[in-house]
Amino acid sequence: MPGGPLAQAERNPNVTPEQLAALRVRLGLDQPLPIQYVKWIKAFVLEGDWGYSIKFRRPVAAMIQERMPATLILFGIGFIIMLIFAIPMGVYSAIKPYSFFDNLITTFSFAGQSVPVYWLGLILIVIFYLNIQNPFGEGSMFPAGGMYTVGKEGNTLDLIWHLVLPITAMTFSWIAWYSRFLRSSMRDTLNEDYIRTARAKGLSLHAVHFRHALRNALLPLVTLIALDLPTVFGGAVFIETIFAWPGMGRLFWDAARGRDYPILLAVMMIYAALTLLFNLIADIFYGFLDPRIRYD
Amino acid sequence: MTDTVLTTESIYSASSRPESLTALIWRRFRRHRLALISAITLLLMVLLVTAAPLSGYSATEQDPKNEFAQPSAEHWFGTDELGRDVFTRILYGGRISLAVGIFSTLFSLAIGIVIGALSGYYAGWIDNLLMRITDTFLILPVVFVLILFSALLRELPGLAEFRNSVWTVIVAISAFAWMLPARIARGLFLVLREKEFVSASRALGASDARLIFLRILPNSIGPLLVSATLEMAYAIITESGLSYLGFGIQPPTPSWGNILESAQIHVFRAPWLAVFPGLMIFITVMAINFIGDGLRDAFDPYVIHTEK
Repeated sequence: MPGGPLAQAERNPNVTPEQLAALRVRLGLDQPLPIQYVKWIKAFVLEGDWGYSIKFRRPVAAMIQERMPATLILFGIGFIIMLIFAIPMGVYSAIKPYSFFDNLITTFSFAGQSVPVYWLGLILIVIFYLNIQNPFGEGSMFPAGGMYTVGKEGNTLDLIWHLVLPITAMTFSWIAWYSRFLRSSMRDTLNEDYIRTARAKGLSLHAVHFRHALRNALLPLVTLIALDLPTVFGGAVFIETIFAWPGMGRLFWDAARGRDYPILLAVMMIYAALTLLFNLIADIFYGFLDPRIRYD
Repeated sequence: MTDTVLTTESIYSASSRPESLTALIWRRFRRHRLALISAITLLLMVLLVTAAPLSGYSATEQDPKNEFAQPSAEHWFGTDELGRDVFTRILYGGRISLAVGIFSTLFSLAIGIVIGALSGYYAGWIDNLLMRITDTFLILPVVFVLILFSALLRELPGLAEFRNSVWTVIVAISAFAWMLPARIARGLFLVLREKEFVSASRALGASDARLIFLRILPNSIGPLLVSATLEMAYAIITESGLSYLGFGIQPPTPSWGNILESAQIHVFRAPWLAVFPGLMIFITVMAINFIGDGLRDAFDPYVIHTEK
């Protein structure tokens, strides 16, 4: 393993080979890998001992705890914003295909699927931080990075002000992908027999579109979003790096540069747990969207 | 009497020859105007990066007296922090980025087709095993894994000469990008292996390899080509993303991603540096996506284009 827990000691000329061997025994590195792994997983899951950061010499659990809220805020709000835009856009496109707005949305979605998120973030900084002045006060329209202005920690308005650019950069491609996906899923649903039946029994177009078609069209979207989560977490590395957002993605990036394995392992474990958790939520959500699905 | 018998030759000579598949697809593809424009754009992009030496500047030679020059007649896109011509670096970087895109696509498609073909053709426990492996790869957070994998690959003891090689990045990207083509190939093989032409070929004594590669594979070319465009767009975005984070192509070798990385560092001093490398990625990926859309329509027998 490059780096590794002994890398610093190995490079230190004052450490004798005997001391190095003693250290190896003390850290349990002389034991076979499977035993090391079982010991690690036991400590991680059962005892909550996530180890110490090699670089910062602090408990990893505390560092993750500090970083977790920033990532969850970024994702949570980004997710809500995505739904607010993607669902109406997808529904409109499906109801009025090949109309002017549908073509506009299609163009937008091709752009959104092709734009690299790290470049979009940089361009937003160039435009809104470097070139546009804040009309209500001093300085720039939006900050280039960070979560709070120094001295204003915990201020909600300040947080929202800092969220605008990262959220815009992050949700741009999400909205493009998911509105496109909802469009085709909704178009398929509108061709189903039960939609014709619902219309035939005299229900209004509005009721058919939103009560009958949309609920069924959302099912595959829920599956897709749950499957996409690992990719979405990956995108956070870019957003958090560009906008100096103090979240877990940035922590991971810093740790990967410094070969800080305890942090890398813990962040990976957290994301794995989050992926499983959200897949469970998606499963529960199916039952809510589709009354045919019952969990007995 | 003989002149009334219809032979194959007489049909062909009487009417015009039937259109070949390539000609049919090309005719249908051309109707997708954006796809056609995109194909031309991509071709121009390839010509442009091939002609990189004609720019008259070196991609790596430094000119400390001329750093952060604004875009001008001599330096179209300006110069970077070491006085290098950004236009030239973007052209040379384009060679790397496009090469990574093409080779990653070839490798991931090759892996995906083999796994998907075995899975779909043999079905049963082989299918089960291979698809569970595919699922495992699918739930990995790819960006995190790629960061670790490429860091690891670089420091493996036996691979010292590949340390800063482009191949490291290509291998890393392909190793985690074959799942989509594998699933598409599996789906196609599951359907096609039941078709009459396959049974006929099998009855004539064709081996499994012959059926897989010469009978079924050519008939699944359409969806696989579409997935190739998705793969290539993904590979180019991922390469520049990795390089941007410092885990991909290593400087001084330019790639669109690491040019963007250094632009990010100096964005407050020279904001124009950030515009062009990303714009190249954006244009290339968008062109590939439109080509994919055009191919999808061209291969889909249910899409009817109205002649304009």
